[in-house]
Amino acid sequence: MNLSSGWAVALMIASVVLSATAGDVLIASAMRGIGDLDEIRASRGLAGAIRAVVGSGRFLAGVGCMALSFFSLLFSLSHEDVSMIAPAAGSLTFVSNAVAAKWLLHENVDRRRWLAAVFVCCGVALLKA
Amino acid sequence: MNRSRLTLQKYLILAVVTLTAALGDTFLDVGMKQIGPVPVSRLGLLIGALHTPWILGGIVLLLGFFASYLTALSWADLTFVLPATSLGYAVVALLSRFWLHERITPARWMGIALITAGVGFVTQGPAYTPGEDPDEPLAAGMTEGCRR
Repeated sequence: MNLSSGWAVALMIASVVLSATAGDVLIASAMRGIGDLDEIRASRGLAGAIRAVVGSGRFLAGVGCMALSFFSLLFSLSHEDVSMIAPAAGSLTFVSNAVAAKWLLHENVDRRRWLAAVFVCCGVALLKA
Repeated sequence: MNRSRLTLQKYLILAVVTLTAALGDTFLDVGMKQIGPVPVSRLGLLIGALHTPWILGGIVLLLGFFASYLTALSWADLTFVLPATSLGYAVVALLSRFWLHERITPARWMGIALITAGVGFVTQGPAYTPGEDPDEPLAAGMTEGCRR
């Protein structure tokens, strides 16, 4: 397979974006489930808060997805320029996170949050281009 | 406790997320520029890099970022935290301009303006979506299970 073809590049960017989104959603879901860390630290101390976080399977799965995203990024960068991969992956992750948070975490993604995601997505693309 | 409105302490945690990410990345950038390009045949140089003050400082800052990011996600939505802390991208650009003396093109200034506008939009709204359906698998249901 020619890894410089358009489809291959799109596939590499998609793998970075999807694994990063899965990581963010799993970690956010874990933290929502664990509850307010400030309150946990106040009642059970720092060690109790750390135990609550690292004892969550969802959190560990999220960290695994983040690691997968990191290595997907490294693999992509070894085949394509950073000026192509970084803006595309960085900006698309904001939009994919908004979609995933709405459908999987049932967050209230209203017009204000969509606008923020689109503005930040365009801003990151311009910054990294 | 009403988690949809933020206290000053929570705004400070969002600021810590933003600044530690930006400063951590910049520290790593400075450290790796001092070391120079690392060839694949000498990956051991990366281990040595861990002993340089800039890289060590960058790692400590990024650990601080991860801890404060997790704290923020425990009382705010992902779709609030990510845009609200994206100002870090603009901070990195400004640090690279005024500290590292790199050039910022008009397109990058436009990017900074768009990110700032996005942050402005999202921080005017509520930070947290309260769980409505007790059987919801990923949010409210898990909350009850873990707090027991």
